[in-house]
Amino acid sequence: MNHFIPPFNFHHVFVEPWAQAGGGFAWIALMGFLVATACGLVGNFLILRRMALVGDAISHSVLPGIAIAFLVAKSRSSLAMFVGALAAGVVTTVIIETIHRKTRVKQDAAIGIAFTSLFALGVILISLFASKVDLDQECVLYGEIAFVPLEEMVRVGGVTLGPVSVVRMAVVTLLLAVLVVAFYKELLVSSFDPTLAVSLGINSTVVHYSLMAALSVVVVSAFEAVGAILVVAMLILPGATATLLSQRLPVMLGLTVLHAALSSVLGIHLGVWLNCSLAAAMVVAATVLFMLSWLITSAGRHGFRMVSARTENNNGAETTPLQG
Amino acid sequence: MRPEAPISFAPGFSRLSRAAKPHLPCERETLCSSLRRHSALRCLLPHLLSAISYLLLCIPAHAARIGDISETSLWNQAFRFFTFQDPAVRYALLGSMLLGISCGLLGSFIVVRKMALVGDALSHAVLPGVALGFLWNMSKDPVAIFAGATLAGLIGTGVVHLLKQTTRLKEDTALGLVLASFFAVGICLLTMIQRLPTGNKSGIDKFLFGQAAAIGPGDVQLMGVVTGLAVVVITLLYKEFLVTSFDAQFARVSGFPVQALHYALMLLLAFAVVIALQAVGVVLVSAMLITPAAAAYLLTDRMHRMLLLAALFGLAAGALGAFLSFLGNNLPTGPFMVLAATAVFGAAFLFGPRHGVIARWWRQRNRSARTQRENTLKAIYHVLEARDFQGEGVSLRELAERRRETLKDVSAQAAALRANGHATLHEDGSQVFLTPDGWQRACAIVRNHRLWELYLTNEARVAADHVHEDAEKIEHVLGEETVRELERRLGNIAHDPHGRRIPDLAEMRRGTGAAVTEKSMGYGQDIQGHS
Repeated sequence: MNHFIPPFNFHHVFVEPWAQAGGGFAWIALMGFLVATACGLVGNFLILRRMALVGDAISHSVLPGIAIAFLVAKSRSSLAMFVGALAAGVVTTVIIETIHRKTRVKQDAAIGIAFTSLFALGVILISLFASKVDLDQECVLYGEIAFVPLEEMVRVGGVTLGPVSVVRMAVVTLLLAVLVVAFYKELLVSSFDPTLAVSLGINSTVVHYSLMAALSVVVVSAFEAVGAILVVAMLILPGATATLLSQRLPVMLGLTVLHAALSSVLGIHLGVWLNCSLAAAMVVAATVLFMLSWLITSAGRHGFRMVSARTENNNGAETTPLQG
Repeated sequence: MRPEAPISFAPGFSRLSRAAKPHLPCERETLCSSLRRHSALRCLLPHLLSAISYLLLCIPAHAARIGDISETSLWNQAFRFFTFQDPAVRYALLGSMLLGISCGLLGSFIVVRKMALVGDALSHAVLPGVALGFLWNMSKDPVAIFAGATLAGLIGTGVVHLLKQTTRLKEDTALGLVLASFFAVGICLLTMIQRLPTGNKSGIDKFLFGQAAAIGPGDVQLMGVVTGLAVVVITLLYKEFLVTSFDAQFARVSGFPVQALHYALMLLLAFAVVIALQAVGVVLVSAMLITPAAAAYLLTDRMHRMLLLAALFGLAAGALGAFLSFLGNNLPTGPFMVLAATAVFGAAFLFGPRHGVIARWWRQRNRSARTQRENTLKAIYHVLEARDFQGEGVSLRELAERRRETLKDVSAQAAALRANGHATLHEDGSQVFLTPDGWQRACAIVRNHRLWELYLTNEARVAADHVHEDAEKIEHVLGEETVRELERRLGNIAHDPHGRRIPDLAEMRRGTGAAVTEKSMGYGQDIQGHS
């Protein structure tokens, strides 16, 4: 038990990761930041649309898509993975809708049935063909973000850009940010007021399915880094924290990015200190940030309530004699 | 004005509005009749329980683990499994069946309460508790892990509750948040345990995807106790759980301790999740809660039958999963159990007698075919009416003109009428004659249509040119009682708002072709000949 929590050494935890040759931890931090930002941007809209658990479902159910893509393409090619995961995402949505529409099983149970079945299928495929798919069960759960610096570097015209998965994630995140800015109005209106969206001529079905497609792509590109289940945390935590702190969507999106950056850096320090999975440590750091903002906002609201109650009392004390 | 507005004045009408939403009443009906019938459950479940405890007592105390088995062929493995020579096989199988029963029973309640994803969040949230229970004395002690995991699960559900109350986060976000953050803490602890230099770490990683082979005698005893507890509590508090699940407001008014029952259910749910962890794994436990119960939900409307079916499905899925995982030599058990449960659900989804997709499709097809036939009968009546009921035969060409359809379509419809005994066809197939049965049916439909039009104009004050479309729909579904109520309300009236005669009982009895000369009769209270 006394070996369980390693002694805290400031130099080891806070200085060494950044002083390491080759900048390994910098890549990990960047990867964590990119994953959390991309997931957080999508997650904000999922939370607004009360679809947080659809994100949960999709992040589980892309697994068979990825496994089958590996088996068919026989390599870790990005294209096959994206296609497989998109297909799996669409299949999940269709299964949920079919069960929900055709029977009296409610949507929550339909979600539960669909994603667990697909996830189980994926796990079986992976354990049956473990040698062929170059994936293992642990990677499925919590990813291999620590291996990011060991990957092949991408070089374009002599300039080293970075490890493959970081570059891929950066492209996805940038693309997503551009899309969110370009279709900001559509997303905003259809998330807050579907009726107004219809009257403005926004096709809410298209918005819905585009969001699902974006979700699948983000989940797949984040999959290797943080695994299937921690993606859920990355989807929900930044958005939930931002929701607590602000009521305005642009501010929320900004806070999401800030939360992503903080949780990635703090998570690395936590993971180095405790010598545990870095991806899980990032999520724990993100959870701590969420709890802090929860405490602050509820304390602030409580204080405000007390103050406003007192002012009301004072007002009452002043006005009563006048009325009398 | 909406024609639906005055719909609730008679019992027949409320049946109409129910037909539009078929899901609601069955739950209510389930509630009432199950209250009367739950004695059946009380009789059956103790037998189940005693059978299980008998099995438990018969297990010898010492056994080898399945993991010791060396490489063997599939057939050998299957043979070993079914002869139950190996005590470890018995542990794995018995444990899987027990967890299937308890998950099925408690899953039924979360499915009917629409809390399926609470089960999901709860099952992920137990992971840190598993790790802490392991750390307690650095071994896979069933009781320590059980206590830690239950505690973590309950804290998780408590946090969800607190988040919903104190922040503006919605339930789904709160569930996802707790699920993911507890799970991350658990993964942190697990990876820390795995990197420890000392200690017996074997088996802790099996909690993620489940390994039935890792079930030991201590685990089986714990599972037996928990399953027994679940069966006893559900049997004793059946009525209370039933009422709070289906109608919480009624339960509160009747003085049931709704909150306490909710917490009791949550506690039992946490127990069921925790005993299932070893075999199914943290990630997929929720499926064992949701899928067998959802399959049972598709097959019956009675809660006690749903509980029994769900327990049975859970048991079957557990046993099948254990068997397949045993065949595959140390493949994770959880995914196989989940796929077995999904197969059961798929079968219920497709072939369920009442709620199954095929049965529904069949019913819908029959209904639309009937509507189609009735529309043809109506068109024939209209053709006959247009020529003052002179002559019996209606040529297909006339019918096609009336219905604005092709000759081919009309002859298909005529064939459908003949197949149902409503009409006969002329030898060359150009004319159609109504049988007495078909004539009565045609009159009844036209009568339904015109009575409804009249009702809408006279009673609901809808303009006469707005009533036709509504009557087109309702003529096929008006029941006998409703028609009588309409007759009673409208009194002695012979013509519809468009001035056409409403066919009456005498005309129905008379058959086709007879000239209508006499004054139409009043509408009796005892019209039985149609509907």
